[in-house]
Amino acid sequence: MTTVQTATGPEQTMVLNMGPQHPSTHGVLRVLLELDGENIVKADVDIGYLHTGIEKTAEALTYSQAITITDRMDYLAPLSNNLAYCLAVEKLLGLEVPKRAQYIRVLLTELTRIGSHLVWLGTHAIDLGAMSVFLYCFREREEILKIFELVSGQRMMTSYFRIGGLALEPPVGWTDQVQKIVNTFPSRFDEYEELLTKNRIWIGRTQGVGVLSAKDAIAMGVSGPSLRGSGVDYDVRKYFPYSSYDEFDFQVPVRTECDCYARYLCRVAEMRESLKIVRQALKKIPPEGPVKADAPGIVPPQREKMKTEMEALIYHFKIFTEGFAPPPGEVYQRIESPRGELGCFIASDGSPKPYRMRMRAPSFVNLQALQKMVEGRLVADAIACIGTLDIVLGEIDR
Amino acid sequence: MTETPDLEQNPIIAIIRGWRPEAVAAVNSFRGELTIVIYREHLLPLAGFLNSDAGLGFTYLSDVTGVDRFPIEPRFELNYHLLSLSRRQTVRLRTRLPGDDPVVQSVVPVWPTANWHEREIFDLLGIRFEGHPNLRRMLLPEDWEGYPLRKDYPVEGPR
Repeated sequence: MTTVQTATGPEQTMVLNMGPQHPSTHGVLRVLLELDGENIVKADVDIGYLHTGIEKTAEALTYSQAITITDRMDYLAPLSNNLAYCLAVEKLLGLEVPKRAQYIRVLLTELTRIGSHLVWLGTHAIDLGAMSVFLYCFREREEILKIFELVSGQRMMTSYFRIGGLALEPPVGWTDQVQKIVNTFPSRFDEYEELLTKNRIWIGRTQGVGVLSAKDAIAMGVSGPSLRGSGVDYDVRKYFPYSSYDEFDFQVPVRTECDCYARYLCRVAEMRESLKIVRQALKKIPPEGPVKADAPGIVPPQREKMKTEMEALIYHFKIFTEGFAPPPGEVYQRIESPRGELGCFIASDGSPKPYRMRMRAPSFVNLQALQKMVEGRLVADAIACIGTLDIVLGEIDR
Repeated sequence: MTETPDLEQNPIIAIIRGWRPEAVAAVNSFRGELTIVIYREHLLPLAGFLNSDAGLGFTYLSDVTGVDRFPIEPRFELNYHLLSLSRRQTVRLRTRLPGDDPVVQSVVPVWPTANWHEREIFDLLGIRFEGHPNLRRMLLPEDWEGYPLRKDYPVEGPR
């Protein structure tokens, strides 16, 4: 506690806990706010309430088994986590994934991005008082979750991507369902913008709030829309394309105002760009073709072959009992998750279990910027700033 | 993981060797990723150089990862993943620390983002960062004993 000069004389500041149980901290986040009335003098962020030791657990699982725990980190964009991990292992193995699987991965990852941004928009809006937007966003998100259920059997923790491609062949007619989304969503996004973008209260709550200059953002390692709202156009899909993203035509929205409003505009524009990518992917995906790489010791053989051919049976047995062993070495694979640069570092020692799996969570790094954003501002602005950073505690704490 | 001849032509390595040749212990390339292994006493000066040199421009620190190579000595390995936004290039800096003296200088003065990365590594691996403004546990409770990510710490926890 420090002493601050106020209009009525020197006063002691008050330390108040925001969280860990709080509807607006988007998870179990504790922010210790040192307050002078409503002004924040100092903010200290305390995390770790959701730490489950995912990185340590991964060292005890085989490479294929570890896919399921990656879902649980950024639980609003589980397919992104799967993608980062699978791409890292595929890089380690030097495995080439068939184009059809790559395009389907892109389509599902972009749907995940839309779904994640919908949650962000709904929760950010409801934090700041715009309660109707929340249910509209979740209504749209339902359609996306239905697609995930259709292809993988699971709404959220899909684990649909595997080392070498996808887990299963998607069902016949799934692209028609995706086409429905592509047809109906643009007008829905227009509805949200109609409610918020020119709304005086929204502008008052978000413009000029949570300012983070480009220099500060780069120094703090901020990535994703939080960085692009400050004028830096770093998007991993454009800088270091992965999974055939260079074959898709899309823009990366960048704003220069550096405040919450800029980030809001970036994310809404990103949703529209993601729809563009989905539309292109629907045209690109060949109706037939392999969804898994042809790598006998790594990718399990088809079940029919396993039941009739001896070699396939032996491969199946070895893969599911021992697992496959990549060469020793380290790789770092970056992808653009809805929150920013999601990195997966894998160190292999030649055994079937990852020696070290590290996920560089974008929310973990972005949250560091919170202290800079809220100091000197009002408590209400802290809510806006936490919302604008789009954090997910699952990936912060792992 | 051997030094291939064309790596010496790599401009990043050439610039670093030109700046301070005794800093580099080894260089290797695996799956298209360049790794420069340096000695720990040169870490902070090299970090400052990479950050400020206009030709390289590694102003963005993506990630700091610690690996416990127990029982191989030097036991701890720190990997710094750097990105140059202007040149769209990435590089990995690696330094090894002995198990009985896992201390290294903090790179927070160069890249403030390292603040939380180093705290997490201290929390889970027990590597100390000299000069860090706030080196205390963050994911585990303040009074936790032991460093879970170390290889001699059981997966199920202390029992």
